[in-house]
This record gives sequence, structure tokens and C-alpha cells, in this order.
Amino acid sequence: MKIYVPMDSAAKALGADDVADAIRREAEARGLDVTLIRNGSRGMIWLEPLVEIDRGDGREAFGPVSVEDVPALFDGRMDCLGAVEDIPFFARQTRLTFARCGVIDPLDLADYEAHGGLAGLRRAIAMTAPEIVAEVTDSGLRGRGGAGFPTGIKWKTVMEADAPQKYIVCNADEGDSGTFADRMIMEGDPFTLIEGMTIAGLGVGATRGYVYLRSEYPDAITVMNEAIRIARAKGVLGGDILGSGRAFDMQVRVGAGAYVCGEETSLLNSLEGKRGVVRAKPPLPALEGFLGRPTVVNNVISLATVPVVLEKGAQHYADFGTGRSRGTVTLQIAGNVARGGLFETAFGITLDEVVNDLAGGTRTGRPVKAVQVGGPLGAYIPVANFDAPLGYEELDAKGGLLGHAGLTVFDDSADMLHMARFAMEFCAVESCGKCTPCRIGSVRGVETIDRIARGDADAIPLLTDLCETMTDGSLCALGGFTPLPVMSALTHFPDDFATQKEAAE
Amino acid sequence: MQPTPPIPTDDEIDAILMPHKGREGPLLPMLHGLQAEYGHIPAPAISRIAHIMNMTRAEVHGVVSFYHDFREKPAGRHVVKICCAEACQSVGGDVMVEETLAKLGLDWHATTPNGALTVEPVYCLGLCACGPAAMVDGKVVGRLDAPRLERILTEAGA
Ligand SMILES: Cc1cc2nc3c(=O)[nH]c(=O)nc-3n(C[C@H](O)[C@H](O)[C@H](O)COP(=O)(O)O)c2cc1C
Ligand code: FES
Repeated sequence: MKIYVPMDSAAKALGADDVADAIRREAEARGLDVTLIRNGSRGMIWLEPLVEIDRGDGREAFGPVSVEDVPALFDGRMDCLGAVEDIPFFARQTRLTFARCGVIDPLDLADYEAHGGLAGLRRAIAMTAPEIVAEVTDSGLRGRGGAGFPTGIKWKTVMEADAPQKYIVCNADEGDSGTFADRMIMEGDPFTLIEGMTIAGLGVGATRGYVYLRSEYPDAITVMNEAIRIARAKGVLGGDILGSGRAFDMQVRVGAGAYVCGEETSLLNSLEGKRGVVRAKPPLPALEGFLGRPTVVNNVISLATVPVVLEKGAQHYADFGTGRSRGTVTLQIAGNVARGGLFETAFGITLDEVVNDLAGGTRTGRPVKAVQVGGPLGAYIPVANFDAPLGYEELDAKGGLLGHAGLTVFDDSADMLHMARFAMEFCAVESCGKCTPCRIGSVRGVETIDRIARGDADAIPLLTDLCETMTDGSLCALGGFTPLPVMSALTHFPDDFATQKEAAE
Repeated sequence: MQPTPPIPTDDEIDAILMPHKGREGPLLPMLHGLQAEYGHIPAPAISRIAHIMNMTRAEVHGVVSFYHDFREKPAGRHVVKICCAEACQSVGGDVMVEETLAKLGLDWHATTPNGALTVEPVYCLGLCACGPAAMVDGKVVGRLDAPRLERILTEAGA
């Protein structure tokens, strides 16, 4: 009998380690022959710890399982959820990037290969560099870190640059509240990131890679380091990748708790051992990146999607999606929801379907007030705009930003003035300090919102002006997009900003 | 009272720094190495790094002070990081946390007088579908409520 208990940190945060121990003890006490596998998460966080049991005829799911449930689990007295693949939240997904996450043992390379792993890399090895880059371009894959820049075009710039050393840098800083897809894939299917970075290396002619991984993710750091060690030992990384005679190796670098280091130029400074201040662009990192050399900086999900693009072909990937948003989006449904977690689907699904149907509304059972899409720099979208399809241009048209595709749901008890103030405060705390609109503007923003809260209606136009200055004058998207949550809160929820004087009248 | 940690010698510091010296961009790995060993960046290490890396002490200090993670003095024996970001706020985390800290007389960033506990804010732990979230000495905790948080903080020495 095989039993799967996730080692994903969300599952651990809900008690998975204790459940795994209890299962081990119970199996021993009953004299049962049990193979315990610590898999990644299937992404249905409200069911974690989600335990799967395979008695030889397929996996059956149970969850959430507590330590107290374990005897009942063995007695067959616990309610079974059936096969994970039949649970509606899962059945309705299109899993390409996350196809193996939660299915395999994350650190078992043979298991990885048995589920399609390394097929993309093998195909890439047989291709020329321009062919690899063209395949990624044709797939329509765009950066999943926030800006949505076409991945293939970025790669082409680096491929064509002439330099003695080039780099692949994976942005695993995932600082946005409401996001956890990077963490889940690194904990649940780390080899897919390694494979993606290796293919990127072959495509652009880079032999060294770094994963800049935030220090807030100690579990992901452990899994990634172990996966890299295994990949090196098995010849997937190193001087002779899969016997091809080609070289690529990589290592993890741990961040140090600065949100702005997710911005690519700040990240590169940090990686070089400097203060994580933003660099002016140009020069593009693609031409002068890490240590001044041509560098691909891509998000975890962008890179982890490359293997399936190579395995199944560009067209297969591009056939999913809507408009200029091709392929799948790895939505992270977070905050005040009944059913939160990771939902991978073709671009184009509406917010209404995700929030009200899939997520089942709020956890508190109160009406939904707003969803913040795209993290701390993303807009608060009111229920009236829930018909918005999730795609880069589609959301932009509604004044929003898809970002890293995190959706944070708020119920009607949320105070949007408070959320706007928080956005400014966060920007003030996390500003790298290089440009004035961001560094000073955000501090003034907090003060101005406090004036509004105290009943000073004159402060409202000041806030609007200030937001315009920050949008136009900031060096990077931290100062440049903080006005998005602030202004969307003000525009869509004016009642929360109604001054006391007005309210009294 | 918190015991003052012994000041490490140059040799002890160098033993941590030197393995990273040949790496590309060695400074963050060096600082993480120091903090893992001493719980903070000991003052003499600034001079050692400056010497080894051919930087000024001000430059090294500039890097150390830029990052939230690096401490100039040791934290408590237990560190509890509590998420203050939006998704955790959306499930009432902010209010619950402030009330619990007030009840126990704890302040953000401060270490309790017995040296047992430091409480710090963190902006997102990637547990946004099971908030309010916290990290207790590197271990993740989800779906916190007031009694549970109070128990965690009390057990840690509050
Ligand atoms: C303040 C700020 C924070 C950012 N944080 C991240 C992050 O945590 N992860 C990420 O991949 N991109 C982040 N970005 C976007 C990066 O600058 C960059 O666009 C991205 O890493 C490029 O990779 P992609 O093309 O694969 O998306 C951030 C940008 C800004 C302005
Ligand atoms: S917002 Fe608290 S864990 Fe992400």
C-alpha cells in the first residue's frame, strides 16, 4: 500500500508532518506494509492535508486529515473524496505546467521521467539554439512574473548577444501577497524548473544559472537544493548534460527579505552582493545583466513551463488561451475564500467563474466586496467588473493588472481606505530609495490618506495628484503601480473614503 | 537579561567567509553564513568582509542595512514571524494579531526582556490560501486564530 502525504509548506502549515508521523506509527502498530511518499500539493489547499491511498487500484483521496483521523483512515471509516482527478475543482483544470505537481515524489528523478520529465530537454538537445528559441516564441509564452513580456523574444536578444559568459537567472522572489505558484512548483516538482533552466541555457548559450529564492521559503530552498544535487549526480546538470557534451549547471541563492529584489535589476544587484536598488534601463539585463553579462531573467513559472512547451510542441501550448494570452495561467486563489488554492486553466476564464463558482465565495460566508488581482501592485476589482476575462490585455482594459496571477478575495467587511493606506505604507517600507516619487511619494501617500480618514475632503484631489506623480515619475513598477490599488480603491469604493463631514451631512 | 554573545575572533569569522570568496557575487552568501552561525552580523565581521572583498566598511554596512533579514544584534531564542500582507488581512489576520500582541504586551521587532522571543512582521509566506499565517523558528503555521497564536507566543516565552 502506498500513502501520499504532501510536504508542500501549505500542507505542513496545516499539520501534514504530524499526520505523516501518525500514519507511519499506525501502519507499524498494525503491521502493515506501507510506503509513505511525501508528494507536492495537488493545490486544493482547503482540503490539506490531503492524503491519498493507493491499495493497488488507483489513488483515493481523503482530506482534510488530522492526526485524530488516522485510525479511521486505516479502518476505512473516513469519507473518501474519490480520485483527485474527479474532484470538480481539479477536473476543471488544464494542467500543463503543474501536470506532475502533487502526482510524483518531487525528488524522485525516475518518477519525474516516467511522467514525461526530461522529454523536452532531450528534444532541445537535438535542436539548434535558434530552433529552441523559435519554439518558445511560437508557443506564445509570456513572462509570468508580472510584465508579460514574450519569453522567446527575451531569449533571442540574449542568444544573439556575443559574450564569453551568459547567465540564466530564475526570479523566485515571489513577494506578492496572494501568490504561491512558484513556491508550489519548487516544492512539488523542482526538476521541471531545473529542466526549464537547462533548456534556456541551451537556447541562449548560457552555461550557468542561478535561482534567486526568497528567504521566507525555507522549505522550497531545501527541496530545490536537494533536487539540484540529485540532477547533478544523475548527469542532468553539469559538464555533459544527458551525455550531450553540452554544459549547464546552476545553484540556489537565498534572498534577504527585500520585496523590491523581485524587480529584475534590483535582483541582479542583490545577486552581485550589492544593495538591491533598481538599475535604470537601458541597458537591458538581456544585454548587460548579472556581472554585466547577457542574462535571461525569468520567473519560476515561465521557466517551469518551458519543458512542456518543448515536450508537446509550441502549437499544443499556443492552442490554449485567448487573444494574445496563450497557454495556461496558474491562478492562485487566495484570501477570504471557501476553496482556495492553485487552479491552472487556459487564459480567458472570468473572475466571476473563479471567485463565485470555483472558489465558492468567501470563507466567512459574507458577500464578496473586491478581489485584488496581481499582488500589492494590482488593482482592487469590484464585483461589477467580475465579467473580466483573465488575460493580460483583457484585464488591462478594465484598469487591472494580471501580474503573477494571484487573486486575493475580500468580503464586505474590508475597509478599502485601510487597504489603500496599506498599499502606500508597503511601498514606503519596501522602496529601494533610488527615486523620489516612490520613496517620498509613498510616505506622503500614507499621510494624505490619514487626512482623508480624519475628515479632510480636500486631501482627496491631493491623493489623486500624488498618484499621478508616482505613476509618471517612478523608476520601476513599485512606485509606478502602487497607485493602482490606491486609485482603484478610491474610484470603486468612494463610500469608504467619504469624509466624516460628508457622512454627518 | 540577554547574555552578551562572545565576540568572534577574526579567524572564526574568516572560516565562514573564505569558502564563499571565489563565488560570483559572494556577499549575500557570506552574510547568510554569518547570521546562521551567530544569529546576527557581528560588528567585527564588517571589517573582515571589507578587507577580504576590497570594499569600504561603509559599503559593507550599506549592504547589511539594506536587507530586512540581517540583524546587527542577536534576536531572541525564538523568532516568530507573522504575516501582515493583504491575503492574511482579508481573513482578519491584522486585527487578530494586533489584539494578541497587545494582550501579551509584545511589540513588533522587539525582543522580550528574558531574551526568549522576538516577534517580526513578514510580508507573505506563500500561505495565502490558508492564512492567517506565521513562521515559528522556520516552521510554517496556517489558519491561525487568537488562542493558537497566543499559545505559540506563550510557549516561545512571551
Ligand atoms: C517591485 C517589483 C517586484 C517584482 N517581483 C517579482 C517577483 O517576485 N517575481 C518575478 O518573477 N517577477 C517580479 N517582478 C517582475 C520582474 O521585474 C521581471 O519582470 C520578471 O522577473 C521577468 O520574468 P518573466 O518575463 O518570466 O515574467 C517584480 C517587479 C517589480 C517592479
Ligand atoms: S499574505 Fe499572508 S501568507 Fe501570503
